[in-house]
Amino acid sequence: MRASDPSPGRRGHGWVVRVGGPLVVFVLITAGWYALSYLVLAPDQRFLLPPPHEVLAAGVSEPVRGELLAASWVTTRTALIGLGVAFAIGALLAVAMARAQWVERALYPYVILLQTVPILAIVPVIGFWFGYELGARVIVCVIVALFPLIINPLHGLRGVDRRLHDLFDLAGASRWARLWKLQVPNALPHVFVGLQSAAGLSVVGAIVGDYYFGRGEIGLGLLLARYSSRLQSAAMLAAVLAACLIGLVAFWVFGALGRRIVGRWSEAWGA
Amino acid sequence: MANVRDDETAPAGRGATTEPAGTSPDLLRLRGVDVTLGGTDVLSGLSLSVGAGEFVSVIGPSGCGKSTLLRVAAGLTAPTSGSVERATDNIGFVFQDPTLMPWRTVARNVRLLGELAGTERKRLRAEAAQAIETVGLAEFADRLPRELSGGMRMRASLARSLVLRPDLFLFDEPFGALDEITREQLNLVLMGLFRARSFGGLFVTHSVEEAVFLSTRVVVLSPRPGRLLADIPVTFGFPRALDLRYTPAFAALAGRVAGLLEGAL
Repeated sequence: MRASDPSPGRRGHGWVVRVGGPLVVFVLITAGWYALSYLVLAPDQRFLLPPPHEVLAAGVSEPVRGELLAASWVTTRTALIGLGVAFAIGALLAVAMARAQWVERALYPYVILLQTVPILAIVPVIGFWFGYELGARVIVCVIVALFPLIINPLHGLRGVDRRLHDLFDLAGASRWARLWKLQVPNALPHVFVGLQSAAGLSVVGAIVGDYYFGRGEIGLGLLLARYSSRLQSAAMLAAVLAACLIGLVAFWVFGALGRRIVGRWSEAWGA
Repeated sequence: MANVRDDETAPAGRGATTEPAGTSPDLLRLRGVDVTLGGTDVLSGLSLSVGAGEFVSVIGPSGCGKSTLLRVAAGLTAPTSGSVERATDNIGFVFQDPTLMPWRTVARNVRLLGELAGTERKRLRAEAAQAIETVGLAEFADRLPRELSGGMRMRASLARSLVLRPDLFLFDEPFGALDEITREQLNLVLMGLFRARSFGGLFVTHSVEEAVFLSTRVVVLSPRPGRLLADIPVTFGFPRALDLRYTPAFAALAGRVAGLLEGAL
């Protein structure tokens, strides 16, 4: 009798592949960017796409640096609150839908509708109804981020091995025990997948909200609008990079959380 | 195919003469059970009983409703007609696959049913540790299922079903997916358990040899819809060693069961 060896060698060269691949792509993108700036664009057109080092320089020099940091904080905070609210709503809806078929039938069309909401069209309306401050921005984030936080947990709650359900039936388990001991743990890997996609979406929501509100506290969206209207293209690109960075970090944080919490046993999370 | 029913054995349950001494009243009694699932007749007029201290194997062609029979016995599927009586609620069910919770260690998987039944914590820990010891997994108690081989997972699954000390055990081809040697080992583990705890067992299998080796009775089912073709007592004493299988008496009995099975096809 022996325990099966859990994938030897996967660890040895793992980090080279993990870091090396993205590094190669990064170099290629940067090279392409330089090529566009210097080879494709004439010097008098270069303001359309300043080369990477100018964008970085613009990003780290005052006053842009201070503005970017403050706006990034506003955006991050809004996105996190939105994500938290969306997570709570999504979890409640998923549990309700997994438990009662009529709830699922009743809600499903509207859940799908969430994904097709023309968010750009309704952002001004949301501002009109709820004002232009944090509350309204959070609402935009929730609308944008909610879908994966319903669908993924729902799949996890429903996707339990039928025979494990049989086991719980035989044991005369309460619905509560079935939910907490069987369905919720089974859903966790899916929940983290949902959180990973929703985190990025929530950042997008925060930026879109504030870009289109065009007023209120200055987040990255407003800053982008301002830089673009002033033709500060290097600063604008720096703001775009900051937004990407926030999304990337959010994605990475939830990935790391997922690996830490369910990675030991979930095949989808590296087990 | 109808003439197969005219076998020498009584098709209507256990013959009184085959009862081993000390067998207590029936733990499970199926009478005239018909099951129709989605318009298909799966079981037809099936009568069968299992007493404490009896280990009954069910053998039959693929798709003859063996698994359905177990689900009916467990109360997971209601019969379309006929009656199912159980003298106990304490039923152990061992599935075809280990069906462990991948997020729980072996020990926590084994404790599951006790948790659901509200067994006192300390007692449950002790019972679970003993069950794990019994199936020979003591040093793997803190491993996750994915870190175990197929045979070890099946052992864990067996330990899980032991923890509440069930009176009636239902086995749905538990060792079908295992290699021969692991299967033999687990047959011995199971026989040891049966001897020690003398529960009533209903054991579905594809293997004639396994059925005869483990059982006090072997029940042969017809192709779908499953009807009872024969109910054959196995009178070898316990404990049985693996080389029992190479004796003429064993071969004769196994040959008879295999013949009935082939005749049914």
